Amino acid sequence: MILPPASQIRPHQRILHDLRAQIARIGHAGRPAHPMLPFGVPAIDRHLPQGGLALGAVHQITDATHAAATPLFIAGVLARLDGMVLWCLRTQDLFAPSLASVGLHPDRVIYAEPEDDAGVLLCLEEGLRQPGLAAVVGEVARLPMTASRRLQLAAEASGVTAFIIRRWRRAAEAIEFAQPSAAVTSWRIAAAPSAPLPVPGVGRARWRVELVRSRGGAAGAWDMEACDAEGCLALSADLADRSVAASPERAA
Amino acid sequence: MPLDAPLVCAGTEGSRRIVTAADHAAQALGIHPGLPLAQAQARVPGLVIAPADPAADAAALDRLAIWVLRRYSPLVGNDPPDGLLIDITGAAHRLGGEDGLCADLQIRLRQAGITGRTAIADTIGAAHARARFTARTIPDLPITALRLGADLVIPLRRLGFMRIAELEAAPRAPLARRFGAHLGRRLDQLFGRLPEPLQPITPADIIRVRHDFAEPIGTADALAHATHALTAAICAALEPAGLGARRLDLVFHRVDASLAAIRIGTARPLRDAGRLAKLLLDRLDQVDPGFGVEAMTLAAPLAEPLAYRQASSLQPDRAGDVSALIDTLTNRLGAARLYRAAPVESDIPERSVRRIPALAPPTGATWPSYPRPSRLLPHPEPVDTIALLPDQPPVQFTWRGKPRRIKRADGPERVFGEWWRDAAETFAVRDYFVVEDGGGARFWLFRCGDGEDAGTGSQRWYLHGFFG
Repeated sequence: MILPPASQIRPHQRILHDLRAQIARIGHAGRPAHPMLPFGVPAIDRHLPQGGLALGAVHQITDATHAAATPLFIAGVLARLDGMVLWCLRTQDLFAPSLASVGLHPDRVIYAEPEDDAGVLLCLEEGLRQPGLAAVVGEVARLPMTASRRLQLAAEASGVTAFIIRRWRRAAEAIEFAQPSAAVTSWRIAAAPSAPLPVPGVGRARWRVELVRSRGGAAGAWDMEACDAEGCLALSADLADRSVAASPERAA
Repeated sequence: MPLDAPLVCAGTEGSRRIVTAADHAAQALGIHPGLPLAQAQARVPGLVIAPADPAADAAALDRLAIWVLRRYSPLVGNDPPDGLLIDITGAAHRLGGEDGLCADLQIRLRQAGITGRTAIADTIGAAHARARFTARTIPDLPITALRLGADLVIPLRRLGFMRIAELEAAPRAPLARRFGAHLGRRLDQLFGRLPEPLQPITPADIIRVRHDFAEPIGTADALAHATHALTAAICAALEPAGLGARRLDLVFHRVDASLAAIRIGTARPLRDAGRLAKLLLDRLDQVDPGFGVEAMTLAAPLAEPLAYRQASSLQPDRAGDVSALIDTLTNRLGAARLYRAAPVESDIPERSVRRIPALAPPTGATWPSYPRPSRLLPHPEPVDTIALLPDQPPVQFTWRGKPRRIKRADGPERVFGEWWRDAAETFAVRDYFVVEDGGGARFWLFRCGDGEDAGTGSQRWYLHGFFG
């Protein structure tokens, strides 16, 4: 865990800072601290305890509809990392050209097609034990606590990051997402109406990105413009200068 | 020699010359193996006769067996004069199951100019019979399918036994007194009542190490320990030859003379005992040691030159790490389930992606940056739309019973059929639209046809994918 240097902290926060450092030492005893990857969006980066997305950790992401935004959200992060990616599929509907459109080159992605959820989790764990990979991505419906804990330990040991796309056949199963897991962060992404254009047409896609759970941090939600060709997110232009929670349409 | 002339091979049996083999053309004219040659010549004028060469036939069968051993299964036996026995237990998943393996074998044999017939069965006897005779069930098969010599078949026929079912129904004791124990043994082997171990071929040019145990072993720890010892031994044997293993077969000799085997493959030649042992141990749980294993052999049926390489402590070998992962996953999932995607120059979305091996050299190529959905339906699904013809995007569409009002739309992006692939596509057109509903969900719709000319398509609308 990366913490700001103690000199920059006001005295009444000193105790909190010391306690956090102590917890970090206990939690990661004997393990190397892994770097993090900032989103490049100060509003989100400030919100996350490490100042960015923790690498060498498990992150789970789900999607409100059609599971179409999650692959792009993840590919956008991967585009800014180096190295090969293992992508474990259970369904055959992922369309590779879209990943390339957010900056993840097809030469960097190895796809695996295990037969079931258990196979996906085994492949992910195998990938997490290989320090040569940048990240592993897997689509599963169920993520039991034991499995996520195993993945988290493997990720911490190797420094490889795991992204788990939670995807359900029926909408009613989505309640699974509320089950506890060892994932460091849980995200939910929903499509939002795109930016209005002065001419007829579809503008840059927008997402409502919700940080549902974050270990050692608070939840949050942001209206974002989807990944560009380099995989970078951006705050929606008309919201960039104020916080989402304070905006009247959200409060209503 | 004319190519389509009927051809037979002729050999001698005792004092007479007989047909030993006949090609399709000759068989169509009623000539079958066993017919006296003079009779065949009388029936078909212009019959082309080649001298039979059993030794060359056997050598060719051996060569084919070695090829099958390298490609399909660690346990391959000869079934002379014209058969191969392949134990595909645990070997079929790499080629898409039993049917996939059979189809692959048939295709490759045909490409090599060999007419082959395959059959899969639980016992050697049944597989032998099903490959040579067609019958609805095993008892319906003729008694010649039992792998008996002519000295047994002819007297049995004379007694009126035609089908295996009749032999099964007859009391065993008088048959055994008249014909010996062999007949009963063949029947029992056919139905799996007697075990029949496969005698696998062990070609001399394949590097192989063997470990015999003083006492049969059966525990997972002991098998793992022996596996480690064998991999170390085979790496030591591969090193002087400058070879690395591409395929390793670990064969377990059980105390009841039956065999079990596991096979692993590597993407690149490998001589690292630790990594090879890890790949083998990953599959060790699929082996049933039965009443104990008294010997294990490890062979490298496929080995390729492996040169020494300069190791550098400054640059850790990242690519090498990935190849270890690929090997593990390939052995677990099969090579077809592990791939990379590469672009194909085609405007038809479902044809624009092809699969390449996971460790293929980087292509450097990517797709042109048109808007493409992140989820593509495997088959476009028809939707009901309200749309103005010829080139307006729909105002509303109904997919899976749910109507969606469209707020924004982009298009059309016109995709033409590929006439060089299929004449039916010459005039085919698809007009793709990106549409967004009130909630911001984005869809990829297309109209089959250009909206005017019925020759370009049915003018029906389909949903093809979802944008993120």
